[in-house]
Amino acid sequence: MSRASALPLGDRLASGHGAEARLIAALPPLRLLLNLLARLPLSGRQLVTALPYLWLLLFFLVPFIIVMKISLADQLIAQPPYSSLVEWTEKGYLTIKLNLGNYLFLLGDALYVNAYLRSVEVAFFSALICLVIGYPMAYAMARADPAWRGVLLMLVVLPFWTSFLLRVYAWIGLLNNNGVINNVLISLGLISEPIVMMRTNFAVYVGIVYSYLPFMILPLYSTLEKMDLTLLEAAEDLGCRPFKAFLTITLPLSLPGIVAGFSLVFIPALGEFVIPDLLGGTDTLMIGKVLWDEFFANRAWPIASAVAIAMLSLVLLIMAFQHWLARRAEAGR
Amino acid sequence: MSKRANPFLTGWLVAGFAFLYIPILSLILFSFNESKLVTVWAGFSTRWYKSLLENQQILDAAALSVRIGLVSACLAVVLGTAVAVALTRFGHFRGRALLSGLSTAPLVMPEVITGLSLLLLFVAMEQILGWPAGRGMLTIIIAHTTFAMAYVAVVVQSRLTGMDPSIEEAAMDLGARPGKVFFVITLPIIAPALVSGFLLAFTLSLDDLVISSFVSGPGASTLPMVIYSKVRLGLSPEINALATLMVAVVGIGVLIAGVLMNRASKARLRDEQMAIAGDRQPGQAA
Repeated sequence: MSRASALPLGDRLASGHGAEARLIAALPPLRLLLNLLARLPLSGRQLVTALPYLWLLLFFLVPFIIVMKISLADQLIAQPPYSSLVEWTEKGYLTIKLNLGNYLFLLGDALYVNAYLRSVEVAFFSALICLVIGYPMAYAMARADPAWRGVLLMLVVLPFWTSFLLRVYAWIGLLNNNGVINNVLISLGLISEPIVMMRTNFAVYVGIVYSYLPFMILPLYSTLEKMDLTLLEAAEDLGCRPFKAFLTITLPLSLPGIVAGFSLVFIPALGEFVIPDLLGGTDTLMIGKVLWDEFFANRAWPIASAVAIAMLSLVLLIMAFQHWLARRAEAGR
Repeated sequence: MSKRANPFLTGWLVAGFAFLYIPILSLILFSFNESKLVTVWAGFSTRWYKSLLENQQILDAAALSVRIGLVSACLAVVLGTAVAVALTRFGHFRGRALLSGLSTAPLVMPEVITGLSLLLLFVAMEQILGWPAGRGMLTIIIAHTTFAMAYVAVVVQSRLTGMDPSIEEAAMDLGARPGKVFFVITLPIIAPALVSGFLLAFTLSLDDLVISSFVSGPGASTLPMVIYSKVRLGLSPEINALATLMVAVVGIGVLIAGVLMNRASKARLRDEQMAIAGDRQPGQAA
C-alpha cells in the first residue's frame, strides 16, 4: 500500500489537485467528516446515506433547535445579544432558565398578533386568487394540442429562471403613480388623476399572485393532464351536460392538484419578505417583514426567534394537514 | 376527443401569459430608454448598459454570486444525488423517514426562518468551535447548498424512479459491484437530471436575497443584496439593463439546455431501439 493511501480519506482527497481538492481544503469540517467516515466500518452504501444525512442534521435540524433555545433566552446587550439558558451556579448545580417572556410579549403586543393574522389572510387570499386565475390556465394547457403542451409548460416555467427580485422590481415601474399603468390610463383619457397603487395592499396581492402563479399552475396541470378523458366521454354518452361533468368528475379528480398548488402558494406567501417590503406600505404588516425588522433593525434576536417559532408551528400544522389529506385520499382509493 | 378549442379558455390562457410576461417585457423595454425616468419613453439608447458595465460594485457582486452559485450547485448535486440514491435504491433502512422529511422540508420552509436559523447556528458554532470564523462567502455557500440539495434530490429522485431497473439488475447479475453499476450504468442515464438539478441549484443560489442577507457578513455582498439596496432607493435604469442581460442569459441557457437534452434523449431512444432490433435478428435468423 502506498503512503498516500495510508492517509485518511479526507486528507488524501485534499492533498490532490483539482477543484475537489481545493474545495475540501477550504472546508475543514468536510475534511474531518470524510476522515471520520472513512475510519468508521461503513459500507459504500452507508457512506452514501451518511454524508447527506449528517449535512442535513447539522445545517437544517440543529439550527431549529438553536432557534427554539434562543427564543427562550433573555435579550442582552452583548455579542451575541442573548443570554445562555444553561448556567452553572457557584454550588455546582446546573440551572436551566427558560424564559417564556418573549412569547408572552408577542401575544401581548397587538402589532405581532395583527401581523400574524394579516399574513395568514394575505397568504390565503393570494392562494385563492392564484387558484381562480391558474385553474382555467392549467385546464386549457392540459386540453391543448399535445404538440403545444411542451411549449406552454415551458412558458409557465421560464419566469422561475429569471430573478425573483427583478420581477418584483418590475412591478414598481408598472404600479407607480407615474408608472406605466397610470401613464397608459391617463393617455387613453380613462382617468385624469393617477390611481395610487404602489405601497398599498393591492400591490402586495399583485406581487404575490404574480410571483407564485406558476406554483399553482404546475401541480394543477399535472393532475389535469393525467386525467382519464374516457370518464368524460362516458358521462357525455349518458347525457351529462359538460358543466355538470366538470363539477362531478374533473373537479374532484383534480383535488390533489388544488391542495398541492394551494399550499405551494400559501406557505411561501406566509413568510414573504421581499414583496411586502418593496411593494407594501407602512400599513402592510406581514410576519416575515416583522421578523426581518426585529432582527436587522432592532437586533432583538430572542424576539425574532420567537416569531420564527410561531411561524414554523403554523407551517408544520399546514404540512400535517396536507399529510392527513393525502393519507385520507389514499385510504379512500 | 380533442374538440375545437374553447374561446373562453384560449382567451384566459393568453391573458394569463400576458400577466406573466408584461412586467418582464416592460423591464426590457425601459432598459433601452434614453431618459433616467424609467417609466417615460424618451428614445432608444444603450447608455445604461455602458454605465452598468462601469459599475464596479455591481460587477464585483455578480462575480461573487457566480462563484457562490457554482460551488454550492456542485455540492448540492453531490449531496442531493446521494439523498435520491439512498431514498430510491436502498430499500428500507433505519432513519429513512427522517431523511426523506429532512430533504423535503427546505422546499417549504419560509426563507426568513431558514436564514435566521442558519445564522444562529453559525454564531453558536463560532462560539463553541471557532469555526466558521466570521461570516461571508463560506457561510453563504453552506446555506445555499442546504436548500438547493433539496431541489436536486427531488429532480434526481423522479428520474431514478422513472428509469428502467432491469438495466441495473442486468449489470449486477453480470457481477458488477454496486459502485461500478452506479458510475457506469446509472450515472449516464440520470445525467440530464443532474444537469437540470445543477442549473436549478445555480439559479436558486444566484437569486437568493433573504437567506444570504442573514448569513452574510461585512464585505460579502451578493448580487441580489446589491440590487435590493439600490431598488429600495427607487427605480434605476441600470437595474433594468442588468435584468435584461440576466433574462437574455437565462433564455439562451434554457434554450441550449432544451435542445441538448432533446437531442440526447432522441439518441438514447435510437440506441435502445437498435439494441432491441439487434436482439431480435439472431432469433429471426435461426
